[in-house]
Amino acid sequence: MEMYRIPVGRVVETIINFLVENFAFATRGFAALTSTGIEWIVSALMYPPPIVVILIFTGLAWFLSKSWKIGLFTLLGLLLIWNMQLWGPTMSTLALILVSTLIAVGIGIPIGIAAALSDIAYKIITPILDVMQTMPAFVYLIPAIPFFGLGAVGAIFSTVVFSVPPCIRLTCLGIKQVPKELIEAADAFGSSKWQKLFKVQLPIAKTTILAGINQTIMLALSMVVIAAMIGARGLGGEVWRAIQRLEMGRGFEAGIGIVIVAIILDRVMQAYGGKGQQQTQQE
Amino acid sequence: MEKIVVEDVYKVFGPSPKQAIEMLKKGHSKAEILEKTKNTVGVAEASFSVKEGEILVVMGLSGSGKSTLVRCLNRLIDPTAGKILVDGIDITGLDAEKLRRFRLDHLSMVFQNFALFPHRTVMDNVAYGLEIKQVAVAKRRERAMEAIVQVGLKGNEDSYPSQLSGGMQQRVGLARALALDADIMLMDEAFSALDPLIRSDMQDELLQLQEKVQKTIVFISHDLDEALKIGDRIVLMKDGYIVQTGTAEEILTNPANEYVAKFVQDVDMAKVITAESVMLKPKEMAYYETDGPKSALRKMKHSHISGIFVRKDKKLMGYVSADDAAEAIKRGDNTLEKVVKTDIETVNFDTPAVEIIPLLARLPYPIPVVDEGNRLRGVVIKGSLLAGLAERGTE
Repeated sequence: MEMYRIPVGRVVETIINFLVENFAFATRGFAALTSTGIEWIVSALMYPPPIVVILIFTGLAWFLSKSWKIGLFTLLGLLLIWNMQLWGPTMSTLALILVSTLIAVGIGIPIGIAAALSDIAYKIITPILDVMQTMPAFVYLIPAIPFFGLGAVGAIFSTVVFSVPPCIRLTCLGIKQVPKELIEAADAFGSSKWQKLFKVQLPIAKTTILAGINQTIMLALSMVVIAAMIGARGLGGEVWRAIQRLEMGRGFEAGIGIVIVAIILDRVMQAYGGKGQQQTQQE
Repeated sequence: MEKIVVEDVYKVFGPSPKQAIEMLKKGHSKAEILEKTKNTVGVAEASFSVKEGEILVVMGLSGSGKSTLVRCLNRLIDPTAGKILVDGIDITGLDAEKLRRFRLDHLSMVFQNFALFPHRTVMDNVAYGLEIKQVAVAKRRERAMEAIVQVGLKGNEDSYPSQLSGGMQQRVGLARALALDADIMLMDEAFSALDPLIRSDMQDELLQLQEKVQKTIVFISHDLDEALKIGDRIVLMKDGYIVQTGTAEEILTNPANEYVAKFVQDVDMAKVITAESVMLKPKEMAYYETDGPKSALRKMKHSHISGIFVRKDKKLMGYVSADDAAEAIKRGDNTLEKVVKTDIETVNFDTPAVEIIPLLARLPYPIPVVDEGNRLRGVVIKGSLLAGLAERGTE
């Protein structure tokens, strides 16, 4: 006996095909724009000699984290990357992360705010986030190709989809965690909704939101590597090529490069977020 | 002059508030209504008025609906039925924007747990209402500074709330309310979270301040002494209903019903009086890290006590009796380790006297009163408890 098969896959395919046929011109246009942007960032990062960029990043890490240890790690880590001749791929990876994080945060924070302030929005958004976070990351690569083509922009699309949930969740959580009495105080003193949001809720939720952005960056980094499969260059591209050619040493070097970038971004973000914490903790 | 008039206000929480009010009017009890309709009655048939420039204390035990009632006055909670007139205008009908303007112009509030904004300095906290009102920056700072000086916090304007003690934080809360220059101030258990001594100071200061500013103040309290001290008139609540309204004198000498009588007389004082109001300051303490049996015993002799509480890491660790300390000295112990009893009973600030009496009868040591951090804040001995009960009885 043959069982009736529900055409889940076919339905999704039909929907995506429909969207591609009707909207691909828009997404392709966006792709062209974004890829110019990325190329521009990469060439800006590659223009000065690496040592200058390394010093600038070291200074920046030191300044943001106020910790000489993190500054020193940045310096040594980046020097090692340069020495392994991975400077170019590292800069492409950084540019991809920068752009996708900016887009993810730009989308994630407003959605997080909406979810925190409206119960209806919260009930709609939460299950979507659950699906987004359990869906295997590779699946996001498939629709990226017809909409944005092979290369950096497709990679950014799938990276944003993959990395935006923690930003939304923690923005929502941070705002919901603002003590009820502070909301009462804001209301009692005649604040409008927007005043309450910008003067009370967002500043108090800042630490939690920063933790969300940090997670988004980390997820973006891991996805940028996977996205090498659809032609994103950078450190992921190096790993992908090493897999195909079975070059163990080369693959490992690129892997170390990714780890170094991850540690630098994570520690700087955490130290920066931690500073906010001291101010906001009460008693 | 009547500043605020509250007429027949109800607040019911739950799925069908109107139905609950109908049932209340037909004489069903709150418990019945909760069981049949899942509605909780917060406040019922509340009617009273506040005169301009007076301090009205709304008083009742926890769960009596006093916090709900006061939140109806600025509509942090919307009343289910009834009218609230402020300067003759019914505020229950105001739309969101008019309500916001009304709060800005007429109402300020001081909260039990201060509710200061942790990311703002004292100055910016105090100026919050003015900022919302969009007062120019220079003017804003000037007015906020005046309020800061009024509450005696000059020099702290750049501190963050977390850097201040509880008493100072509540001064900030008070300054924030004063800076707005609203004519009505709602104070929700404003001093309840403070130490007894600081609380008493703050009450005095509020009275002094009121001489100058002459605001209309609605003050919520669960503390009878506080109500008697600062209230021009008192509204006494029980289970959501107002049971009596009047001056302290009227309530004490002419209680409206059994409940009020019990509330203000010694009969039930053992339930009303808390550990906090009858405790003594501990005369002396031993420090686990530095005191051995000898110095502990010396401290006991010096203060004429037969045992001493031991502190470790700023927390109450246990109790050593004089006899045990003497034993330890005979044995030649250098520390209190072997003689300190760590499984002792403790009570909180708001443990009622009825629960302390059996402890005192059973245990050979005074009852220690500790705060949330398990720090010793006072001791209750038989004498202090009896004195506390007797004193209230003659009032």
